[in-house]
Amino acid sequence: MLRICMGVILVTLAVLLYDIFSKGLPAVNWEFLTQAPRKGMTEGGIFPAIVGTFLVTLMTAILAVPMGMACAIYLNEYASDNWITRLVRMSIRNLSGVPSIVYGLFGVVLFVQFMHLGTCILSAGLTLGLMTLPWTITASEEALKTVPDSYRQGSLALGATKWQTIRTNVLPYAVPGMLTGTILGLARAAGETAPILFTGAAFFLPFLPRSAFDQFMALPYHLYIMATQHHAIAKVRPIAYGTALVLIALVFFMNLTAIILRYHLRKIRKE
Amino acid sequence: MTNEKKIISRGFNFYYGKAMAIKNVSMDIYANTVTGIIGPSGCGKSTFLRSINRMNDVIPGTRAEGEITLDGKNVYDNDVDVVDVRRKVGMVFQRSNPFPKSIIDNVAYGLRINGIKDRTLIDERVEKSLQGAALWDEVKDRLHKSAFQLSGGQQQRLCIARALAVQPEVLLMDEPASALDPTATLKIEELIQELKREYTIVIVTHNMQQAARVSDYTAFFMMGELVECDITSKVFTNPAKKITEEYITGRFG
Repeated sequence: MLRICMGVILVTLAVLLYDIFSKGLPAVNWEFLTQAPRKGMTEGGIFPAIVGTFLVTLMTAILAVPMGMACAIYLNEYASDNWITRLVRMSIRNLSGVPSIVYGLFGVVLFVQFMHLGTCILSAGLTLGLMTLPWTITASEEALKTVPDSYRQGSLALGATKWQTIRTNVLPYAVPGMLTGTILGLARAAGETAPILFTGAAFFLPFLPRSAFDQFMALPYHLYIMATQHHAIAKVRPIAYGTALVLIALVFFMNLTAIILRYHLRKIRKE
Repeated sequence: MTNEKKIISRGFNFYYGKAMAIKNVSMDIYANTVTGIIGPSGCGKSTFLRSINRMNDVIPGTRAEGEITLDGKNVYDNDVDVVDVRRKVGMVFQRSNPFPKSIIDNVAYGLRINGIKDRTLIDERVEKSLQGAALWDEVKDRLHKSAFQLSGGQQQRLCIARALAVQPEVLLMDEPASALDPTATLKIEELIQELKREYTIVIVTHNMQQAARVSDYTAFFMMGELVECDITSKVFTNPAKKITEEYITGRFG
């Protein structure tokens, strides 16, 4: 029974990948990766979308990585274990389950309208950052928990201050694990459409974004347009598949980085 | 042996939440001696030891009353920096806890967090500390190898060297040999005899023969109270309290 379940999943994955690769691969070439869309997005490439996704993911990382790590350090190393901390922790866990479209709406109200940032990379990055934070915090906290308490005690007993202990004898062993979780969270953010839909992603832009306050094109949104919104859907199907392939490759590459990091972490621990 | 009192505990109480773990303990620890603390499991001996360098502070919900003075200064006074206390009072834990660093970086850790950057000074101090812990000859050719490659006994001596590097005055040892084989235990015990020339040593041990072998003074704890504390030979041959005799003759515990 379990084997059948496993089989169904593997077959589904295989079919999905085969479908995307077989139909997407012919569309992907150097021009596709380096050119802007042309002729009402029926020809040309997806370069602006690749750049846009890269930039917005970077913006997400700038917000979510330091803040997520700082929150995790506070929760795991400093906060006392009382009902407030438990409530905060529970809320963070719950936030990671909130649908992304809800974050999208929240982002519009807070960043675009209330803070008057407008629809731009910054707004979208902040929205995605908020969405990624719960993942970053949770993963970072788990990474900190794997550092044995004896490292902390040994360091404190030598007369190190708490922050010295964390900086020199806890973080070095937790950072690879923290990054692993963070990258997985960012990979998820890179593939999201809903949070950027109202906060900064553009249908089509003839130029690349020049600052954080410009709109941008993004791979998942581009794919969404190509698959459902374009005036000649059948004609642009290969472009849609090509976009999907690039997006999957990007997410896969990020996950692979996370796996490699985790592997190195385990190796260091064993020595 | 001198008569200089290094550590003086007076009316010391310690609580984990509402539970009282140490009750009204008053005892003296003399400079350049080894004081062994014995007693059945859960009697508070480790708690008392960790109270001396305030390592119990890191456990939430704990509280101390009374005083433990180091060179006449109560370590629980408000104007005392706990970091200073721990620099003067080094500690070796029950389970050796080398950091996942090289041997040299383990020993140099305490120096570096104290802001010492001078390489020659660090190298000197590392060598001296490793020699002090009787480990130098075994590791001098592989200082940059991971500390995890050492045997259990070597790891524990590395932890002693790490504690010595910051030049403490007192060394607290919490059952330092309980996880070691007899040969490694003997080495640690010999080392303790060497170390007491320069340091004041307080050692918690589960093993009464060990207490009899290494310590000059022995304190017997029971249910959080100090039953008696005297010269080791007296405690073991002619204890003042009946319950001490029962414990050391193995009638319980």
